[in-house]
Amino acid sequence: MVDDSAHSYALQMIDVNKYFGPVCALKNISFDVGSNEIVGLIGDNGAGKSTIVKILTGVFPPTSGELYIGGRKVDFRRYSVQKAHRYGIETVYQDKSLGEKQVLWRNFFIGREITLPFGFIDVKKEKEIANEIMINTIGFRGKGITVDSKVSELSGGERQGVAIGRAMHFQADLILLDEPTVALSLKEVRKVLNFVHKIKEGGRACIYISHDIHDVYEISDRFVIIDRGEIVASILKQDISLKDLDKFLLEYAHGMKDKAEDKS
Amino acid sequence: MKQRRSILATLGSIEGLPVLGILLLLYGAFLITAPSVFTKHRIYMSFLQTVPPPLVLGLGLTLVITAGEIDLSFPAVVALSGFAFSWVFTNFDTVWAPWAGVALALAAGALVGFVNGLLVAKVGVPSIMATLASQFFWYGVTILLAGGLQLNIKEVEETVMHDIFTGRIFGLIPAQALWGLGLAIFLWFILNRHTFGESIIFVGDNPNVAQVMGINVEITRIKLFTLMGVIAAFAGLLLTIEMNVFFPTQGQSFLLSAMAAVFIGGTLISGGKGSVIGTLWGSYIIGSLQAGVVATGVTSYWVQSVMGFIMILAVALNVVIGEGRLSGVSDAFRRWTSSSRSHVTKTAMETNDTAL
Ligand SMILES: Nc1ncnc2c1ncn2[C@@H]1O[C@H](COP(=O)(O)OP(=O)(O)OP(=O)(O)O)[C@@H](O)[C@H]1O
Ligand SMILES: [Mg+2]
Repeated sequence: MVDDSAHSYALQMIDVNKYFGPVCALKNISFDVGSNEIVGLIGDNGAGKSTIVKILTGVFPPTSGELYIGGRKVDFRRYSVQKAHRYGIETVYQDKSLGEKQVLWRNFFIGREITLPFGFIDVKKEKEIANEIMINTIGFRGKGITVDSKVSELSGGERQGVAIGRAMHFQADLILLDEPTVALSLKEVRKVLNFVHKIKEGGRACIYISHDIHDVYEISDRFVIIDRGEIVASILKQDISLKDLDKFLLEYAHGMKDKAEDKS
Repeated sequence: MKQRRSILATLGSIEGLPVLGILLLLYGAFLITAPSVFTKHRIYMSFLQTVPPPLVLGLGLTLVITAGEIDLSFPAVVALSGFAFSWVFTNFDTVWAPWAGVALALAAGALVGFVNGLLVAKVGVPSIMATLASQFFWYGVTILLAGGLQLNIKEVEETVMHDIFTGRIFGLIPAQALWGLGLAIFLWFILNRHTFGESIIFVGDNPNVAQVMGINVEITRIKLFTLMGVIAAFAGLLLTIEMNVFFPTQGQSFLLSAMAAVFIGGTLISGGKGSVIGTLWGSYIIGSLQAGVVATGVTSYWVQSVMGFIMILAVALNVVIGEGRLSGVSDAFRRWTSSSRSHVTKTAMETNDTAL
């Protein structure tokens, strides 16, 4: 099958380096994501996964390198979280996506409020749209969750549902999920994975980061493996079984350990 | 059943209602224990005269605490702004002098607040340290500028400015009470209905979330501290113009009372939730206690203990029945009504489905 999306990219990263002072967090990172592709980003703690996400979303710029979003070159001097939103990039974090003490309708529109003159918020409109997102996009039905519910009253999976629903509502072309299932029960993880399937069905792209290889395998089209700031492999799902992927990662980790031991 | 639950929930969610309840209870108690004082309007007029300066400070502080920060420098701003106004007023004998004085006072407050904001947001000094240092520094500067002396501005009574800020409306109601009320309403809208307020709430809830959702956390903090400086300067103006005198220590006594009013009002010390209306009632509770307790005839040694007791009572009541913390009561109601309630929700959703 000739996939058209192979020729149009949601994102291309070219030779990106990132230093925190003398610490090199990313080294010559080059990779791309197709416009309807789910990429699983795999790597150990501190490998640099979240750093990639933060560069993509405009939290901080890379030390060097280029980034194209939907074919447009990003000017890092003028890049910001708001700009990333405008470019169609939305992010869902494990614990940084929602204000816990706040009601849902505020959480849907935080950072891009619907405003009346002088910066006042159009509460009625925000609540209306929030309600629509909850019913149509997220599919919260008959659970007693309303737009006036506080985030703290929701289960972990429901919270991620709200964050993913928000991303989809704002027409994100690329949704980044950075460990969205940490500390969730199996049932709640299932909910999150179902939301990710909706991203694929909706024709959008996604980068999914998780330490759970089973989850990553289920939903990804391709796996990008990163180790200590460097990309070490990019494997299509059709080319590898879950078992082999697992084995590859294990062997790789051991291989690195052996190397480290050789050095000492 | 459902109706009863919703009445309770509605009452609980009306901002500041438990605090207003305490205020009314307090006045009720004073009416019984000191009827000769509390049945006459004079005492209430005196509250309306003395409470506004600390109230104005408390209102500004409500926003600061909602953002998860603290400002301890406002007593110094009250002094500095009072000095700025009095200095211009006594040194320039023109029609515009009082207005220039007001402008200089507010600008001085803005400057102090802006520097606080820079220290906190840009340099990264925790606000409790930055503003404590700032309190010492600007208080010292004020004493130096004033040479440690007070300034009498008796002539201010003849100006329009005096009538506007602290005149008696209908010869009775102190104008500053309306300024306090007006500021409370204005800041309620800013905090609850404006994008700046929403930024404040989210920064206070979790600055990381605020940042990744595209809020400029630094700018929000700088703006907030600057606003607090201006508000504190305004409180200083109300105080100085009402008293017709500036003295270097003015404002120092407001530090704890303004903070107490904010917490009595139900603003969370951890940030993310602030109650402007609660602070309004809380300020009147704090401001009425001293005079009220003294009027009841108990020795003044009691005043502090009674104040402490009332504060605990108010804060506890807020915790128990305040918005979102109705949990104990509302959970019980939810259990009692759960079957009928889930049914209602489901049918509501189904209707929605067909409609869409
Ligand atoms: N703001 C920062 N300042 C300094 N160093 C940082 C900063 N952010 C990340 N790092 C460093 O960069 C490296 C990569 O971190 P990153 O958070 O991207 O890892 P990760 O792959 O997301 O790990 P995890 O699986 O634990 O989330 C780490 O060594 C980390 O210590
Ligand atoms: Mg990470």
